[in-house]
Amino acid sequence: MVRLEQRPSPSAFWTYATPILAVLATMVAGGVLFALLGTNPVAVIRTIFWDPLFGEFAFYYRGQLLVKAGPLILIAIGLSMGFRAGIWNIGAEGQYIMGAICGAGAGLAFYPSESFLIFPVMIIAGALGGWAWSMIPAILKTRFGTNEILVSLMLVYVAENILASVSSGLLRNPEGQGFPGSRNLRNWDAAANTEIITGSGMHWGVVAAFIAVILAYITLSRHMLGFQIRLTGESPRAARFASVNPTALILICMGLSGALAGLAGLFEVAGPAGQISIDFNSGYGFTAIIVAFLGRLNPIGILLAGLLLALTYIGGEAAQSNLGLPSAAIQLFQGMLLFFLLAMDVFANFRLRFGRVGVS
Amino acid sequence: MTALLKIEGLTKAYPGVVANDDVSFEIAPGQVHALLGENGAGKSTLVKMIYGLVKPNSGTMTLRGQPFEPPEPRAARADGVAMVFQHFSLFDALSVAENIALGMENPPPMAELAQRISDVSTEYGLPLSPDMTVGDLSAGERQRVEIIRCLLQNPKLLIMDEPTSVLTPQEVQILFATLRQLSAEGTAILYISHKLEEIRSLCDQATVLRLGKVVGRCDPRQKSAAELAEMMVGSELRPPSRTPAEPGAPKLQVTNLSLPAPSAFGTALRDISFTVHAGEVLGIGGVAGNGQDELLSALSGEAATSGATVRLNGQPISTLGPNARRALAVLAAPEERLGHAAAPNMSLIENALLTGATRQNLTRNGFIDWAATRRFAEQIITRFDVRTPGPGNAARALSGGNLQKFVIGREVLQTPEVLVVNQPTWGVDASAAAAIRQSLLDLAHNGAALVVISQDLDELMEISDRFAALNEGRLSAPRPAQGLSIEEIGLMMGGAHGMEVAHHGTA
Amino acid sequence: MDLSSINAASLIASLMVASTPILLAALGEMVVEKAGVLNLGVEGMMIAGAVCGFVIAVETGSPLAGFAFAAFGGAVLSLLFGVLTQYLLSNQVATGLGLTLFGLGLSALLGQGYVGQKAPPIARLDIPVLSDLPFVGPVLFSHDVMLYLSLAMVAGVAWWLKNARGGLILRSVGENHDAAHALGYKVVRIRLMAIMFGGACAGLGGAYLSLVRVPTWVEGMTAGAGWIALAIVVFASWKAGRVLLGAYLFGGITVLQLNLQAAGAKLPVVVLDSSPFVITIVVLVVMSSARNRAALAAPASLGRPFHASG
Repeated sequence: MVRLEQRPSPSAFWTYATPILAVLATMVAGGVLFALLGTNPVAVIRTIFWDPLFGEFAFYYRGQLLVKAGPLILIAIGLSMGFRAGIWNIGAEGQYIMGAICGAGAGLAFYPSESFLIFPVMIIAGALGGWAWSMIPAILKTRFGTNEILVSLMLVYVAENILASVSSGLLRNPEGQGFPGSRNLRNWDAAANTEIITGSGMHWGVVAAFIAVILAYITLSRHMLGFQIRLTGESPRAARFASVNPTALILICMGLSGALAGLAGLFEVAGPAGQISIDFNSGYGFTAIIVAFLGRLNPIGILLAGLLLALTYIGGEAAQSNLGLPSAAIQLFQGMLLFFLLAMDVFANFRLRFGRVGVS
Repeated sequence: MTALLKIEGLTKAYPGVVANDDVSFEIAPGQVHALLGENGAGKSTLVKMIYGLVKPNSGTMTLRGQPFEPPEPRAARADGVAMVFQHFSLFDALSVAENIALGMENPPPMAELAQRISDVSTEYGLPLSPDMTVGDLSAGERQRVEIIRCLLQNPKLLIMDEPTSVLTPQEVQILFATLRQLSAEGTAILYISHKLEEIRSLCDQATVLRLGKVVGRCDPRQKSAAELAEMMVGSELRPPSRTPAEPGAPKLQVTNLSLPAPSAFGTALRDISFTVHAGEVLGIGGVAGNGQDELLSALSGEAATSGATVRLNGQPISTLGPNARRALAVLAAPEERLGHAAAPNMSLIENALLTGATRQNLTRNGFIDWAATRRFAEQIITRFDVRTPGPGNAARALSGGNLQKFVIGREVLQTPEVLVVNQPTWGVDASAAAAIRQSLLDLAHNGAALVVISQDLDELMEISDRFAALNEGRLSAPRPAQGLSIEEIGLMMGGAHGMEVAHHGTA
Repeated sequence: MDLSSINAASLIASLMVASTPILLAALGEMVVEKAGVLNLGVEGMMIAGAVCGFVIAVETGSPLAGFAFAAFGGAVLSLLFGVLTQYLLSNQVATGLGLTLFGLGLSALLGQGYVGQKAPPIARLDIPVLSDLPFVGPVLFSHDVMLYLSLAMVAGVAWWLKNARGGLILRSVGENHDAAHALGYKVVRIRLMAIMFGGACAGLGGAYLSLVRVPTWVEGMTAGAGWIALAIVVFASWKAGRVLLGAYLFGGITVLQLNLQAAGAKLPVVVLDSSPFVITIVVLVVMSSARNRAALAAPASLGRPFHASG
């Protein structure tokens, strides 16, 4: 018989070891899955995890790594603040879309001006768009006690509908022969989110992600706001006793995560994606949830987890084109990763005891 | 007479602590047997083994001559063992009848069960309506639900774990009458308590536990309370020294404080008024759940009130939050240590910051001075003898008594002018409790105004200058503690809450 | 706009069909939440049920076999959630989200070869005499067996929770798991069974979508239905009868907005497409602002982890 016994304090060793073990377990389970699908598991694992970094075409894939990791990290950092405080914004996907729409819209309003102010205006508009979208669940929660999980999620579907509407309506490229989709921002210098170092994949969104990691780290470890966020997540009642205003905290955490998701959307639409289109969003807002948990809601961890998940995206695409692996397999792979992590978390807080307790 | 239940050499060890070490005793049918010991002596673990909730590591139990090893409570109940828990195992949102049905193996249909509940409750003088929602009942009534649930199964052995901690003195008398009636009918009662006077008036046999071991057996009616206490604690107790001082100027004034209930099953505060002077201890008694938590929240600043209901030195502070009040030297220590006074998974350093940030200047422009915070935590640990490997340990790793010392010490060291504490020594061993009480008295001696909310009447009588009681969110007028009789205190606490019933069949 | 093209009888009949997936999923989730567990993976279990049911129905030609397998698939997936949250004590919110992501990926993978195929038709269960009644007949008595089963399940669950001993025990576990444990009830086992019932119901709901409502397999076809089912549980204040009301109200909105679009309503498509979600939010706000009632109705142990010590 196996019993669980609570540790007096969470184990530091297991806190760091579990993400690594979860990744390994996912590789094994994924390998079994791929074998069942009739592909060589070793080849798949190598294609996903090794080739993009060290393979023949690594020079191309390495750049893509930052391109994919940037938005994941930026969104996950915002989410992690709220998750730590027990505030569950899971509608980042919607905030990401709204940030992209608002940012691109603000820029396109000035087309074809070449003013250097356009890009900063777009950044502000993108952040505001995501922020405003996250304020809906935040205000409903603080004002009426409405469940933020459900509301923020419902708003993802609304945002998708708005995206579909504006890409064939309000923001449609007037010179696009009637095809849905906005003008391509990459072809417009004033609005383009260009690569800062050619070939590195480093664009302004990645810079923003790194800044977010550093600021989040300082906030959580040194600042009262970080302490209040952690305290609220640990024990809401003790937080009130420590003078934390729960309403303000909800607004701050939701607003922050919304603004960061909006920023991620803006940087994506002005850079890698280039235009608002009906299939502009690709699930970063949901994958970022996995990133946040895999990184143990810790900024440095999120940085690493974001890079890892970006690797699975790129490797997954490579496996799709080289080995004919279905695209859904990689989504499944990411879901499995989260499951294994959650399952292994038990080691951090509990000790396993084997053997039966003696009854005489 | 042969023993009903015989326990021999029962041992139960948890990692790092032996809860019960070679415990043996016997209970005869109809006997009222006391299990006496301090918090942490192992009483609860022992009865949980008898009730099948915990399995012993070694030792044997014999019930009516048969080996008795209940694998689960269901089996214990089937063998005629019933238990009334210290913290009620009741379901707030369900009705009385549903609650009782859940505790029975084969409950009759609801209508029949309701009838039987009414029958048994009148027979034993414990009136109860089967259709009421349990969440709406008073603590005394809730206990009745548990007792009737047990009685419906005609138990041979009834275990009662600290049953009087939630009752007024008058309600205790009603309960004792019921227990005596049961005992006269042949039901054995295993009565767990650390309240000596109760045991002396109710029980005919006592087994005393200390640190998991049996340290004595006696007939409690033949012993004085002091002798029993010495057996229980192992050394002579030194009550805190008290030098009553002339009360100074009014410090904290509360006028017509009313506050709606914070939740569906919470208590609303109604029109509370009192004044505490510098150097004075106001003791506030009352049965649990009569507004103690809510009163502390209103005084600590967690629940803001309007206008001038709460004043410090004549200045209104009603609308200020906890930190703003801390800046004015109004401090508080709530009852619930884990999850209210302290965050369980955070270190003692972080928990020192929790209330110390303002008065100890632990932050600069919102940035935390961790070095200073650690020094503050270490200071609390040293000054209040908190036993822990270091300030980096999580709060939940500390024993209840040690964490309580930390929580009280954290406030005392911040030199409050007004300190409000709720249940300062709950679940704390006797020597630590004495130390905590002494530190509170020292504060008062140095001119602070203290409000001590507690359900331990002995404690309140020991340290209060004046006494008042909370009853359904109302506070009785404070009276000098000196010379108050137990009957007077009971009436201040609300008497029997309108539940008096004539017992029949009892002496 | 030509409102006359909207036929009341077919509108109500299609309303019932449109509501059934959500009704089944919400009913299952209500039982899970009554046991004190919050499983946010309804969407994932639904889509897994949709693909499982579709694949088996296509392969065997029997829609009923499809439904049976969908229930099984949903239950297996929910068991994953159950083991993680009940034995390994993982965070219920995170695990539920993970289940949804996992289910979406799994279903897309399983359904790969089936995109665009048609489901074998399920027989209509015309009730003799009754189904020939004018108006009432086609509306109420001319549906498939699963729709009737879903209604029977609502009645069954309502009765069971209120009157059966098992229902009482389930509620007690959801109200106060420590007390239920102290009385000797197997909290974890009871919760696991509730979770699997919820999974099976969500699976059935998903299969109803892919076998009856649409009826074909499309990747991501649940499109938020699972989340709406979760919202309906809140709307229903954890009462089976009101789950039915909520699901049918929601189905009504969906069918109505589709009919309005078809009839060429002047409202922009984005407003109509979003209306089910926006209305769900409005309903949630209304329910939660009537705070005292809603707070009382929610099981007190909902979402709290249980670990028996000692």
